[in-house]
Amino acid sequence: MTDIHMENLGNPDEFVAGGADWEDIVTAARQRADDTIVVNMGPQHPSTHGVLRLVLELDGETVIGARPAIGFLHSGIEKTTEFRSWTQACVLLTRTSYVAGMHNEAVYSLAVDKLLGITAEMPARANALRVLMMEVNRIASHLTAVGACGLELGATSVQEVCLRERERVLEFTEAVTGLRMNNAYIRPGGVAVDLPVNGVDLIRELVKQLRKNLPEVGQFTLENPIFKARLQGVGYMDLTQCMSLGMSGPVLRATGYPWDLRKTQPYCDYETYDFDVCTADTCDSYGRWVIRLNEMEESVKIIEQCAVKLEATAGQPYRIEDARLAATSDLSVAADGQGNSLAHVKHIMGDSMEGLIHHFKRNTQGFTVPPGQVYQAIEAPPGELGCHVVSDGGARPYRVHMRDPGFNALQAVPMVCEGGMLSDAVVALGSLDTVMGGVDR
Amino acid sequence: MSETPPDALPVVPLPDVPTIIDSQEGIWGNTSPDVSGFGGLARRYDMPGQVAPPLEGWFAVVDQAISAKVPDAVLARFVDRGELTLRVRPDLLPELARVLRDDPYLRFEVCGSVSGVHYPAQVGSELHAVYHLLSITHNRRLRLEVAVPETNPHVPSVTATWPMANWHERETYDMFGIIFDGHPGLTRILMPDDWVGWPQRKDYPLGGIDVQFKGASTPAADNRRSYAR
Repeated sequence: MTDIHMENLGNPDEFVAGGADWEDIVTAARQRADDTIVVNMGPQHPSTHGVLRLVLELDGETVIGARPAIGFLHSGIEKTTEFRSWTQACVLLTRTSYVAGMHNEAVYSLAVDKLLGITAEMPARANALRVLMMEVNRIASHLTAVGACGLELGATSVQEVCLRERERVLEFTEAVTGLRMNNAYIRPGGVAVDLPVNGVDLIRELVKQLRKNLPEVGQFTLENPIFKARLQGVGYMDLTQCMSLGMSGPVLRATGYPWDLRKTQPYCDYETYDFDVCTADTCDSYGRWVIRLNEMEESVKIIEQCAVKLEATAGQPYRIEDARLAATSDLSVAADGQGNSLAHVKHIMGDSMEGLIHHFKRNTQGFTVPPGQVYQAIEAPPGELGCHVVSDGGARPYRVHMRDPGFNALQAVPMVCEGGMLSDAVVALGSLDTVMGGVDR
Repeated sequence: MSETPPDALPVVPLPDVPTIIDSQEGIWGNTSPDVSGFGGLARRYDMPGQVAPPLEGWFAVVDQAISAKVPDAVLARFVDRGELTLRVRPDLLPELARVLRDDPYLRFEVCGSVSGVHYPAQVGSELHAVYHLLSITHNRRLRLEVAVPETNPHVPSVTATWPMANWHERETYDMFGIIFDGHPGLTRILMPDDWVGWPQRKDYPLGGIDVQFKGASTPAADNRRSYAR
């Protein structure tokens, strides 16, 4: 026996650390000369935005290898949609990337609209309501991305401000859809319910609050030297790297390339709104942060324009005038969420036997969609959210595939983390804005 | 008097690729006893929109650019709901991918997604890998579709051309069992490494248990009788 209690037991990959003088331990470790260690970060690590497992190979505090492992939140949502009606699939798909749930509903509904061939007939009010809820949801999602990133840096006040504002945004969402999250509000053929009577006032109030409070996040951070030191130059991805990995959203726009599907491939009448595409030229986490802050301001601009459109279209239809598509959305918003509207219940229970029969038939079997396949893409807060829908002509989807921006973005983790410090890996990952619910589905 | 009409273009028969999605016999589908008298009803559902060249608009530009560089790659063309789908030969896919990315008339820089679809009714080409391409230069979208048999589900990988397809191909392998030859690390990505079976194939059960309520039993979702298919 020797005095060094850190002995090699035959296997070069294994050593036993016992009690000894620290100097001896350090000397022995130096002599071994294999100074990289492998650390499992996650899947329960709070700064990995959910159940992401990062396998990090560290040389001291430098990351020399980063491998993301996913699948811990896989719940078979795509498979389950194949056994539900076209409308019920909305309820499932909103739960994929749940922070930006409204966008999941929207992309799926737009895809089904395209399969049904009703995209061009969509009423202006339905499109305005979809845009309104998507932009409100974009603010909620960006606030989550920005706030969580701030929290991971130790900037808890940033997270407090973001959570406070997000709560107000979600209260507005609840007033309109009945639910804070997982709304199932945007559906094939339009939206579930019309704006409440005081809806435009609520929008105006929300805009006023956001105008006042959103700049606070930037005031906390943008000129803060510590904050800048943590974000600038971290998670670097230039245009070549972004193109090689198919990046989209703020990550791509941080390279200065103004690619925004709301402008380049407009949907839901986005071409009629006046807003700017936010870019930065720093290719780093700081640029993505600034873009997210600016995009929230642009979203507020869009929401304001929605209010004007909704005022102008008051009383007009908020969904396609087709009884089969409308059936599952004869709803009203109550204190406990969505429910059948009382007028509808009165109609089917008291007035019309035919109405009851149709209610039952339409709600049990839903509507059918002509065979074919489409791919629809929209600009979700983290980037391009795509939806590949195949119909076999039946009352259920034949196949639904969600192309989640986070799933694609996680492939960039080795690129943005390797060669940097361990603490920067957290920042770089946060700047990609991945939501594991969407990644794993 | 009307002039003699110009000679009609020769009718080119469409290439014979399987397009069937599903078929149905009887009014309720094929599982339940049919007492309705509609038992003889037979319907067939096909992937719509197969067209013969020449195509219209930028579809023609893309189609001709591909035909000039990789003449035999495209088996069939589908134009449906304003979208172009090309059914292509698996063995020429890597060559085609390189052309699609690099040719100045094509420039499909991004392979945004690879998704699998299982068509058990297409005997001999049950498994489809579907590539959703985006050209940022020209602002176009294109869909490639490759069909392979369940018994030998091999498709060459496109990761050499589009590195971002890496995880998408892994997911399609994980869910459908399509083997992407030449992929740098084809392993399961969402399911555990030791999982047996391909969960999103149509013959893989959804799972779930019957719901009991006040003496009545409602079957699990994948065993429930489906109206209107």
